[in-house]
Amino acid sequence: MVRLAEHKELTENKAIQNAKLTVKVYIPLVQHFGRPCDKILVKPNDLVKTGQMIATSESGLFSPVHASASGKVSVITDWLHPVLGRAKAVIIESDGRDEKNYNEPAARKEIDAYSAEKIREIIFNAGIVGMGGAGFPTHIKLKPSKPVDTFILNGAECEPYLTTDHRLMVEHANEIIEGAKIVLKVLGIDNCIVAIEDNKPEAVEIFKKHLPAGFKLKILKTYYPQGGEKQLIKEILNKEVPSGGLPFDIGVVVQNVATVFAIYEAVDKNKPLYERVVSVTGSCIENPGNFLVRIGTTVRDLIQECGGFKKEPAKVVFGGPMMGIAQFSLDVPVIKTTSGIVFFSKEELVVREDRVCCRCARCIDVCPARIMPAIITMAAEKERWDIAKDYDALDCIECGLCSYICPAKRDLVHLIKYAKSRIKK
Amino acid sequence: MPSPELRNNLVVSSGPHIEIDDHIVRRMWATFFALLPAGIAGIYIFGINAFNIICVSVISALVTEWIFQKIRGKKVTILDGSAIITGLLLGYNLSSGVPLWIAAVGSFFSIAIGKQIFGGLGFNIFNPALVGRAFLMASWPKYMTAWVNPRWQVDAITSATPLGIIKEKLNYPLPSYWDLFIGNRGGCIGEICVAALLLGGIYLLIKRYISWQIPVSFILTLGIFSWVFPGSGLLKGDFLFSILAGGAILGAFFMATDYVTAPLTKKGKIIFGTGCGLLTFVIRRWGGYPEGVSYAILMMNAATPLIDRFSRPKKYGWKKAKAKQ
Repeated sequence: MVRLAEHKELTENKAIQNAKLTVKVYIPLVQHFGRPCDKILVKPNDLVKTGQMIATSESGLFSPVHASASGKVSVITDWLHPVLGRAKAVIIESDGRDEKNYNEPAARKEIDAYSAEKIREIIFNAGIVGMGGAGFPTHIKLKPSKPVDTFILNGAECEPYLTTDHRLMVEHANEIIEGAKIVLKVLGIDNCIVAIEDNKPEAVEIFKKHLPAGFKLKILKTYYPQGGEKQLIKEILNKEVPSGGLPFDIGVVVQNVATVFAIYEAVDKNKPLYERVVSVTGSCIENPGNFLVRIGTTVRDLIQECGGFKKEPAKVVFGGPMMGIAQFSLDVPVIKTTSGIVFFSKEELVVREDRVCCRCARCIDVCPARIMPAIITMAAEKERWDIAKDYDALDCIECGLCSYICPAKRDLVHLIKYAKSRIKK
Repeated sequence: MPSPELRNNLVVSSGPHIEIDDHIVRRMWATFFALLPAGIAGIYIFGINAFNIICVSVISALVTEWIFQKIRGKKVTILDGSAIITGLLLGYNLSSGVPLWIAAVGSFFSIAIGKQIFGGLGFNIFNPALVGRAFLMASWPKYMTAWVNPRWQVDAITSATPLGIIKEKLNYPLPSYWDLFIGNRGGCIGEICVAALLLGGIYLLIKRYISWQIPVSFILTLGIFSWVFPGSGLLKGDFLFSILAGGAILGAFFMATDYVTAPLTKKGKIIFGTGCGLLTFVIRRWGGYPEGVSYAILMMNAATPLIDRFSRPKKYGWKKAKAKQ
């Protein structure tokens, strides 16, 4: 529960621009929480169109992936992956024509006639996953196994630097609201709470203006990690998701605004998820901004959109600076969950130190899961996984606040993540 | 086959990739500076002897830390502020009448036995400076209780602390509240000037380098118990006198708040502070010493692991999890 230095001023007033089509796109077959798509629908030298499904799966938790450019499949091989390091990917050489394999309807569709099942099928076929970072397949999330009564539209965007949700809310408020109505229809409820942090006054104003009946707007005091589902629910409803449970256990479904926008585009415009808005930002970038980027575009290509580097970057992070993942190559592609790419200069690097804990308890004061990082990490250093488990390491949401706040510069969240993996073994 | 270009000039590390502008060494030095006003006041009140004692104590602490870190094959970290604070606090806990070797031996014991044999900073159970003081008190009680009056008072050689006057029923005049507040009385070098101690303590509170729970609960508990249960009768005690006359302010703000030896959670800190206040009161009322702060803190230090165990915060989603079982 900490107010962080936000650095959102770098991009918060930059309108979303379409990134130029690139020569090649690298589309990983796993961009979601779950199993990789193992049923590849194309082979090398096949011609594909933009939006064409190129891989799916027979069963299990997954979400299909689509071609993000029209052209020729060049090769299917292992390529870099921003989360997994490496994963199988379909590499497409663009023909530059961007021919779509779907038609945008001329008029607004009569969605009221659609059944919930039909809408879920559209969402599934469009390959929509949670775009806030977790990548959980949306068609599954919209089929809760318990009755729900509240839908929270998550526009908190609490990670520093990132402004994609903010720009979407400012520029596409109506579409997001239409998307939210679709979600309500699927869930069979009529209670929607729109949650926006007070560091985004422009988005708040626009939503105030467009808010339909039945929707409530909740303006939240900015703090990190409020955008996390569990924290958001606690803040808005003052309810807590049971330990080890999911939001629908207490009758709540949370979706991020980018996901809801994608739902609108899929249902209303027939458009699969093959592009997303990405904040490309940081002090090293000549022209930071928010770009509508095709999935599979590499960082190297994207940098061209931003006028290149002002300063040599020392670290490239996919996602926000708190929970994002540092990359070891500029050939990593953007995937469905890439909300931002932040470039850090050498001077901005965090220096972790090999210090012992001096028990100042700052980590315990700030932990949103209300566990004791100090004790868990001391146990982890002694490989006492039993103590780590007893002190609820598994309840850690990995927000990184403990590492951020630690005056001894200990790598707390890293140790806790390690402890979690050892406990689960 | 295409292959990506790997860059070895990109730093890869786990997140978070930003950090707070705060550092433990900076906190230590802030504590050091927060302690200085009280030391300067002590030197002004007791003269050059006080200065010498503090210097010997600090130097002895640093040298001991250096020797032990060398012997243990550890990185030498004598400039991280921790040993200096221990030396300073030990000096503050001595009468300005002690011989210099007492300060040297006390600091050696503080660092060697109070800290390094436990594994160094972060692992000691007891506040090192108080371990040193307890050792000196047990070994050379005569030196440790030879009190000196402020240098401008006529009878400057032997004296008693205000609490000692009451305990031993001595026929000395008791200092006024104002004298107690500015430090115009006998006692340890660093404990007497309450005004200077509060200056440093409030600075640490404002910077949030210490939390309010320990000092507030410590001082309130001590004051309230002293007020409610004086020697005879009820509610006739002296709240202000009890907190101003001894080492309670120094202890509550600078020694009980030591990160390493105090509990972790806010709830635990209140239990700890309350325990310190209560034990100080008990020792003063029924114990053999007129002062009780150092032993109270040491005893509560011993209870810290237990307090930590029973003051765990309730994790997010805890209640529902219980109901489900």
